[in-house]
Amino acid sequence: MQISKLLASRSLKRRIGNLLMHGLILTFLLYLLFPLIWMISTSFKTTAEIYSGIPSLIPKVFTGEHYLTVFQEERLLKSIANSLYVGIITAIIVVMISLPAAYALSRYKTAVNKVVMGWILTSQIFPAILIMIPLFLVLRSLHLTDTLSGLVLVYVVWDIPFVLWMLQGYVKEIPIELEEAAAIDGASQTQIIYKIIMPLLLPAIGAAVLFAFISAWNEFFFALVLLKSPDLSTLPVELARYTGIEGQSRTGPLAAASFIATIPSIVLFAILRKWFSSGALQGAVKG
Amino acid sequence: MVPVLLISFIPLVRGIYIGFTDYELGGQISFSGLENYRIMLQDRFFWRSMGVGFLWTTVVTALQISLGLILALLLNQGLRWTSLYSVLMLVPWAMPPIVRGLMWRQIYSPDTGALNLILTQMGLIDAPINWLTSFEWAIPAIIVAGVWGEIPKAALFFLAGLKTIPGSLYEAAELDGASAFRQFRHITLPMMKPIMAAVVSLSFMWNFNAFGLIWILTQGGPGGLTRLPMLAAYEEAFRYGYVGYAAAIGNVMVIIISLFLFFYLRVQLKERTS
Repeated sequence: MQISKLLASRSLKRRIGNLLMHGLILTFLLYLLFPLIWMISTSFKTTAEIYSGIPSLIPKVFTGEHYLTVFQEERLLKSIANSLYVGIITAIIVVMISLPAAYALSRYKTAVNKVVMGWILTSQIFPAILIMIPLFLVLRSLHLTDTLSGLVLVYVVWDIPFVLWMLQGYVKEIPIELEEAAAIDGASQTQIIYKIIMPLLLPAIGAAVLFAFISAWNEFFFALVLLKSPDLSTLPVELARYTGIEGQSRTGPLAAASFIATIPSIVLFAILRKWFSSGALQGAVKG
Repeated sequence: MVPVLLISFIPLVRGIYIGFTDYELGGQISFSGLENYRIMLQDRFFWRSMGVGFLWTTVVTALQISLGLILALLLNQGLRWTSLYSVLMLVPWAMPPIVRGLMWRQIYSPDTGALNLILTQMGLIDAPINWLTSFEWAIPAIIVAGVWGEIPKAALFFLAGLKTIPGSLYEAAELDGASAFRQFRHITLPMMKPIMAAVVSLSFMWNFNAFGLIWILTQGGPGGLTRLPMLAAYEEAFRYGYVGYAAAIGNVMVIIISLFLFFYLRVQLKERTS
């Protein structure tokens, strides 16, 4: 009697329900996190343990040998340097072009702006191949295929729409009254932009720089098409090549290099998460 | 403003035009009308890649939407540790695409992969399976990896959408004695429709245009079984030099995606007005 009463009680039912839901979420997380955990674990295992045929999540002996191997392989190091170079230059150019454009886009509402915003959304439909082919031909006539500058050019073209969209959202949030007030106080247009708008936009510029950098750092398709000399490979292309020559000793270093390649994304992600939770996304999807 | 528009617009127009030429790498660009599309009709490999492209896109999109929605609903229950869960679930999304591919290659690897090791230990299989080169398993294997990478994005969008539904709706329903399932059917689903439409549309486009993950996992193999449309276009242009034909494949992809969006959004909008 007592027990059945207890079972019927709402709070127990709810507790079981909650437990079930926690269990389900943890199942999801197991699926979503397992590959990363396995990769990190592999990167610290000795080669003997990797090939031992016994699955283990925590290495029996922790070793840094694979990271050491990565830093001794000249081509991998070179590819990291190339990726850094391409990412930084791309980020600078993209933001320098997009910033004034984003300002114009959100402050002066003309018919052009509607077209541009529509274009940014529709451009998602087109597969990368349709952009790559004409750019490849242009770069070839300029003798820029198989150069890092050529790759930067492609990334600039590819990244501008999204960065523009991202920045104009931020500019919109700065009340125009602020500019009007400054104008009444006698500030010139350039003063308004450099003294008022820029400082307010700094976090947004930071986010845009980081986004452009990461998207170049992560990009694979364009780099695969454009870069032929091993010296010029970016990290993703080098990693892909590395898998092609799989052998006994490769699994560990590959896991270590993959983990290194992930670090910038994790940094971006930590920063962007703040951006998401600040409600920018909620606002964007509400409409 | 206009130059910025042109920088991304002009190459694309030129790309579409090349799809109507017989251009081969190093040759002359000359207009050939619909010749590429006539060849395509008889190209067995083209049809196969469109077929697998469709299978991949529909299955991955359907799975990521349903799993993403379930996860978002779970994370919207106000359970303890929800904010920690929401951060952890985003992990696959934070990985560079190339690393996603490498991680799954590691898991599927015949001699050192986690999947084979675990299944062997559990006694479920006798000999290791080479998942990515097997005709039976290659497609399921890329789908599991593909869905894995897309769940976070879907869940994130849905979670944002769920937060915009006013709590008063549920309170009213609760007072009327509506069950949790009925609340879901008659409040959550209808309110989520606009976001659902956006996520389905975007996912369909992104999945249909997938390249990097599959390239790392199978390079289109075994025997062209997992050669998605983008892989086919890439190979035609940059391996065999048939650039005009590759652009034509790109054009067909655009048409397929546009048709899907057109019909899908029309159905969605119709339901909303009725």
